[in-house]
Amino acid sequence: MTTREKIMGRIRAALQVPALRPGLHGEVPQIPAGSEVQKWLPPGGESFVDQLKHFRLRAAELTADFQMFDSVDEVKLALAKIANTEQWQRIATHRGELTETVVNELGLPVLTTTVGYDVSELEACGAGITECDALIAQTGSLIVTSRDAGGRALSVLPPHHVVLARRGQIVRDLSAGFALVQKKYAPKYPSMISVVTGPSRTGDIERILVLGAHGPKKLTILCY
Amino acid sequence: MDRKFRTGQPTHSLTMGSFSQTFKAGAGRVATNLRHRRLIQTALGKYEVARDKNRSAFQDWQAARQSAAITKWDAINHLDTYLEKFVAQLEERGAKVHWADTGAQALEIILGIIEQKNARSIIKSKAMTAEEIHLNEALEKAGLEVVESDLGEFIVQLRHEPPYHIVFPAMHLTRGEISELFQRELGSAPTDSPEELTMIARRALRKKYLTADVGITGANFAIAETGMVSITENEGNARLTAAVPKTMITLLGIEKVLPKLSDLALFLPMLATAGAGQALTCYNTLYGGPKQPGECDGPEEWHIVLLDNHRTELLADAEQRDALHCIRCGACLNVCPIFRNVGGHTYGTTYSGPIGSVITPHLRGLQDWKHLSNASSLCGACTETCPVKIDLHHHLLQNRRNAAVQKPSHGERFAYQIFAFAVNRPWIYGLGKKLGRLLQPLHGLVKGSAIDPAYAWTRTRELPPLAPKSFKDLWKARK
Repeated sequence: MTTREKIMGRIRAALQVPALRPGLHGEVPQIPAGSEVQKWLPPGGESFVDQLKHFRLRAAELTADFQMFDSVDEVKLALAKIANTEQWQRIATHRGELTETVVNELGLPVLTTTVGYDVSELEACGAGITECDALIAQTGSLIVTSRDAGGRALSVLPPHHVVLARRGQIVRDLSAGFALVQKKYAPKYPSMISVVTGPSRTGDIERILVLGAHGPKKLTILCY
Repeated sequence: MDRKFRTGQPTHSLTMGSFSQTFKAGAGRVATNLRHRRLIQTALGKYEVARDKNRSAFQDWQAARQSAAITKWDAINHLDTYLEKFVAQLEERGAKVHWADTGAQALEIILGIIEQKNARSIIKSKAMTAEEIHLNEALEKAGLEVVESDLGEFIVQLRHEPPYHIVFPAMHLTRGEISELFQRELGSAPTDSPEELTMIARRALRKKYLTADVGITGANFAIAETGMVSITENEGNARLTAAVPKTMITLLGIEKVLPKLSDLALFLPMLATAGAGQALTCYNTLYGGPKQPGECDGPEEWHIVLLDNHRTELLADAEQRDALHCIRCGACLNVCPIFRNVGGHTYGTTYSGPIGSVITPHLRGLQDWKHLSNASSLCGACTETCPVKIDLHHHLLQNRRNAAVQKPSHGERFAYQIFAFAVNRPWIYGLGKKLGRLLQPLHGLVKGSAIDPAYAWTRTRELPPLAPKSFKDLWKARK
C-alpha cells in the first residue's frame, strides 16, 4: 500500500464519524454561495466612478502611485517623465500590445523576458514594466499572471514595478477578479497568478512599515 | 531559549513532566520580565489598532466569519474528495506530488529530491510546516546551505532560534538587537533605522536568490477546484523563491484545502485582517504547476509534499476536528492573555498560543503537553477572534478531560471527594469559615515562606482578609 493510499484510508475512516457544523451548534446548514460573500466583505463600488474612487483611495493608502490618463499618448509621456526622474539605464518588459507600444518609444535599452532570458540581467534593470489582467477596486490590487505579465520574476525582481492598464480592466472586488481569471484561462491556467497589493513591504522589525523588503520598493499604475 | 525544543527529539527521551516543568519555569521568568512585556504590548497594540480598522471595513465581519467557518467545515469534512481533485490537476500540469505520513518521511522525500538534483544551496520562504518537521536542522545536518528569506525568519535563523510567533517571528527583538546581530553575522555597519536594516537583509538575500539551486515554500491554501496552491506574503520573498531557482519544493499539511477558487475572495482578506491587521497582504499568489510551455521562467520541476504528521488523528476526533480549520493567522495568539504574558518561546512548541495548546497534544502526545490546556484563563478571547470560528477554549477543556480520563490523578480525585463532602454539609463549611477567621491573623507569621500552606498563591499575591461577618450571617440578622 502506498503512503497516499494509507493517508486517504485514514481520512475516509476518520470521516465516518460526522462533525457538528460550526456556529449555533450545528443549526446553520447552508454553504454560502460566492455571490453572498460580497455582501459581507469590504465594498468595491457599483458604478465605474465608484470603483475608480475606491481604487484610487486604496492605492493611496498602500503608497502605490496610481495615475489616470485620457489617452495612451499621455501614458507614454508619464512613463518618459518617470524614466527621466529615476534615471533608468535599462528597463525590462514583456511582449504585449500595450507594453510594446509604450516602452519602445522610451529609447532605453530593453530586456524582454522571453524563454531563456538571463535573470541576473533582469536584476540589474531599473524597472519592470508589465501589463495586468485586472485592477481590483475593493483592495487597490492588481492581478498579474506568468502568461500575460512576462513570467514570474519580471513583476517582482526589479526595484520598480510599472503596470500599464486600461480603464476597462477595473473590476469591483476579488470575487470579480477571480471570476475573470477563470473565464479567461480555464482550464489551461498560467502556472502563476498573483494578486499584488501595493509595493513589497515588511513590518518584521518592531512592526514598523518598511517598503521594498524583497520585491519592488515602488509600484506605479498608469491607466488610461 | 531551550535548544532541546528545536531538535525534534521524541518526547519520551525526556523524563516525565519535564515539558510541563520547563513551561512553568519559563512562564514564571518571562511573565515578570518587564522589558518583554513592553515590547509585546507595543507590537500587539499596533496590531490591534490596524486589525480593528480593517475589520470595520467589512460590511459584516460576523457573517463573513460564519461563512469562512462553514466553507472550511465543508473542506475538512470532504477532505478525501477535495484532496484527490487538487492532486489530479496538479499532476496533469506536471507537478510531482509526494505524500508523507510523518515528519521524518517528509524530510526523507525532500532530502531525496535535493540529492537527486545535486543541489547545494537552498532558499526558503516562511513555512510553519517546515518548522514542525525541523527541516532546516535536517538540511544543515546533510551539509546543505539553507537560507530563510522572510525578514523575520532570517533574523531568528541568524540567532539560531525558532520563530517567536506564527506570523511575527522576530516580534520579541528590538532594532538595536537586530542591528547588533547583523553587525556580528553579516559585518554590516550599526544603524537604528528599520529601513536600513531591511535593506541590509535585502542585499544579502538577493545574492542568495540568484545562486540558489532549490526554492522551498509553504502554502496557505490548496484550491481543489483548480488544483492550485495559494501563498500569502508581504515581502515578495515567496514570489522570488518560486520564480528563480530551477527546482521548487512546496511543503503543506493536508488540511490546507479550500473547495473553490472564489473562496479566496473571502479567505484572503480575512487572513490578512485577522493575521496582520491589513486589508490584504501584498502578494497573494496562486501556483498551478511548474513552468508551463511558452512561459519564460519559473521552476522546471515542482515537487509538492503533502504532510499528514498526526493530522488524520486529529481528523478522527470529531469533537475537535474543527481545529483543522485553522488558517494559521495567529489572531488567537495576539489576544491571548497567556501568550501575551509568557511569550511565544515559553511554549516550546511549533504552534504556540491557544491553537498550539489545542493541537500540540494531538501532534506530540496528550500526557506530555496537557499542561498547555491548563495554562488558560478560559476567557474565550481566542474563540471570539478566530476568523474560522474554531471552538478553541472548549477544546482546551476537552483536552483536560481527555487527559484525566486517559490517566486519572488519584490525589486530585481524593481532594475533590473531600471538597464535595464538605460543601454538601453546610455545617462543615460554616465551621471552616469560623476557623478561617480565627486563624487568618496567624497566617502573617508564615506568609510567603516555604511552610506557608497557601504558598503557591501568596508568593506573589495578597490574600484579602475574610469578612468579619459572612453573607449568611448578615442575611439572618436582617430577617
